[in-house]
Amino acid sequence: METPLIEFRNVTKRFNEKTVLDNINLSIYENQVTTIIGKSGTGKSVLLKHIIGLLKPDEGSILFQGKPVSEMKKTEWEDHRRSIAYLFQNNALFDSMTVFDNVAFPLRQTTRLNKTEIDKRVMKRIEDLELGEAVGRFPSELSGGMQKRVALARALVTDPKIVLFDEPTTGQDPIRKNMILSMIIHYRKKFGFTAVMISHDIPDVFFISDRVVILWEGGVGFEGPYEEALRLKVPMIEEFLRSLDGFQDQLTGLLSREAFKMHYSAMLGNSSAEKTSAALFSVRLTVLYEALGAEASVEVLKALGEYTNRYFNNIGGFSARHSRDEILTIFPRKDLEEARRLVQDFADELKNGVVDHIRDMVSAGSDRGTCFDIYIRAGVMEVSPEDSIERIIEKGRAKQEIISKYRCDFGGNE
Amino acid sequence: MSGKPGVIVAFFAFIGAYAMRVIGNCGALAIFFFLASIKIFRSKQIHEITSQTYSIGAKSSLIVMLVGLFTGMVLGLQLFYTLVKFGSVGALGSAIALSLVRELGPVLTAIMIAARAGSAMAAEIGILRNSEQIDALYTMGVDPLRYLVSPRIAASIISFPLLTAFFDLVGIIGGYITGVVLLGTNAGTYFYRVQSSLGMVDIRGGFIKALVFGAIVSCVCCFQGYFCHMRKDGFGAKSVGLATVSAVVISCVLILISDYVVTSFLM
Repeated sequence: METPLIEFRNVTKRFNEKTVLDNINLSIYENQVTTIIGKSGTGKSVLLKHIIGLLKPDEGSILFQGKPVSEMKKTEWEDHRRSIAYLFQNNALFDSMTVFDNVAFPLRQTTRLNKTEIDKRVMKRIEDLELGEAVGRFPSELSGGMQKRVALARALVTDPKIVLFDEPTTGQDPIRKNMILSMIIHYRKKFGFTAVMISHDIPDVFFISDRVVILWEGGVGFEGPYEEALRLKVPMIEEFLRSLDGFQDQLTGLLSREAFKMHYSAMLGNSSAEKTSAALFSVRLTVLYEALGAEASVEVLKALGEYTNRYFNNIGGFSARHSRDEILTIFPRKDLEEARRLVQDFADELKNGVVDHIRDMVSAGSDRGTCFDIYIRAGVMEVSPEDSIERIIEKGRAKQEIISKYRCDFGGNE
Repeated sequence: MSGKPGVIVAFFAFIGAYAMRVIGNCGALAIFFFLASIKIFRSKQIHEITSQTYSIGAKSSLIVMLVGLFTGMVLGLQLFYTLVKFGSVGALGSAIALSLVRELGPVLTAIMIAARAGSAMAAEIGILRNSEQIDALYTMGVDPLRYLVSPRIAASIISFPLLTAFFDLVGIIGGYITGVVLLGTNAGTYFYRVQSSLGMVDIRGGFIKALVFGAIVSCVCCFQGYFCHMRKDGFGAKSVGLATVSAVVISCVLILISDYVVTSFLM
């Protein structure tokens, strides 16, 4: 069995008389995104601060690659600690320093790199995070989203192996939230770090997480993949997840996955004998991110969701996102041919809507140039009453083909 | 029945707890000072020490000299009228120089810097603490004591004697303005008395005091700001305010106490 990168073994932490963490056992594995969720005051940040040594457990031990921190020599622990970066909930930027100095600070203080090399690395991170215009400004002169990106740039400038994110998307609007999560996932792929994140941004945070840890009344209520948490059906946890999920996906305005499931069950109950079809729409968000950057790629997804919602709601369809960039739409009482026609009409609408909108947006404000490709895919299929949602998605993925595209090499829509 | 013994027990418990807290804080302050002091000599400190010396020393020089000037002038005025009664106006230069160099210079300079730069140290570090910037330093592998406290202690130890020297010099000039220019004492006598009465032992004593006060003020002020989040009497912005007040008050009290102790050793 794989040795966890970080392991909490019977960790208890008290503040005065209050026990915040009570005999916690959990594992964090290398190269995974682990998301910690839980109600307010359940010790999520406390847990994160134990990983980097800002807090020490009253009982129990924390292990790095199988070795207890308490048994490590100071230099060994310092080496581990240097490989961890921490993104604070309130960013904790140095407010008397400019953006450049904030990002350069860890390199200046902890490395022997010369000025030229530091400047080069800092400017690279600043450009990666689209902060070029903010280089000489102070944190108080920036928007919340920009401050978050500066904090992210500072956290990543030393190429850490582990990055701890304490509520990285708190206080952001849905587009910014998705942008930040896109950035995290993008940089995790690019730099290959292990991410531990506290976030409640359902559903997106679950789409990017390999494992979920649910803190519940001082202990670990669940640890494992998100889908497993839903399957287990522990009443209190289920209720908590549903309360986070709500009825609507904030970014796209589509149904939440829970609400979608309820609609689907209700539809099967009412009209199980009638024909039903479905379509799985998708855009490759990671490819778009590379081409357009965080904001425009999230805009594509948002626009696709809004168009899907608007177009198919009118004919009685209902839709929800089932991964970061996949939208499943159910067409009640429509056979396969009707569904195909609907999707084709929708594809024509998309050409004039989403793609043009994104092209205009990119041409107006980006320094990346206007050359980019967008492919929107759809898989249309018939649905039988015994099909689970997961099965429908599988079928949809197998049948996906491009229904709408913009290719700048060919001068626009095709 | 149990009212009286209960009150007495509570009284002694309060005294005991208070004493324990004070002793605990003294111990913590001593460890804090020791740890911060040994980190002065680590690498990458020169820039921070220079910057803090500018902030604590250079920026305080004007106010210190202003206070020095008027202290010298008022001394000149008071001592002139006192010495006239004994017919020893000629000793005005000696009286002003000795009282400034041995006592008033180091003490008033330290109090002025505690009020100006010490309060700023406590407030700045307190805000860094409350906005998690100190935790951020730690997470980046930067020792907060090394980065925040050591340069301030070093800068204070450099600045206090220099500012004391400025204070003494300007104070003597202030005494000259009132004693000689305004009240007509002989200028030659004034400066001769200043020169003849001041020995190296006096100047060295004044500088030793300045060094001690510099260490005390910087350590107390940084300590108050650094641990402002652990205060029981206030949180957030209030804790920073209280830390700043405590920093200045405790510094001033300790300056006067240590002045007595150092003076008694120097005598």
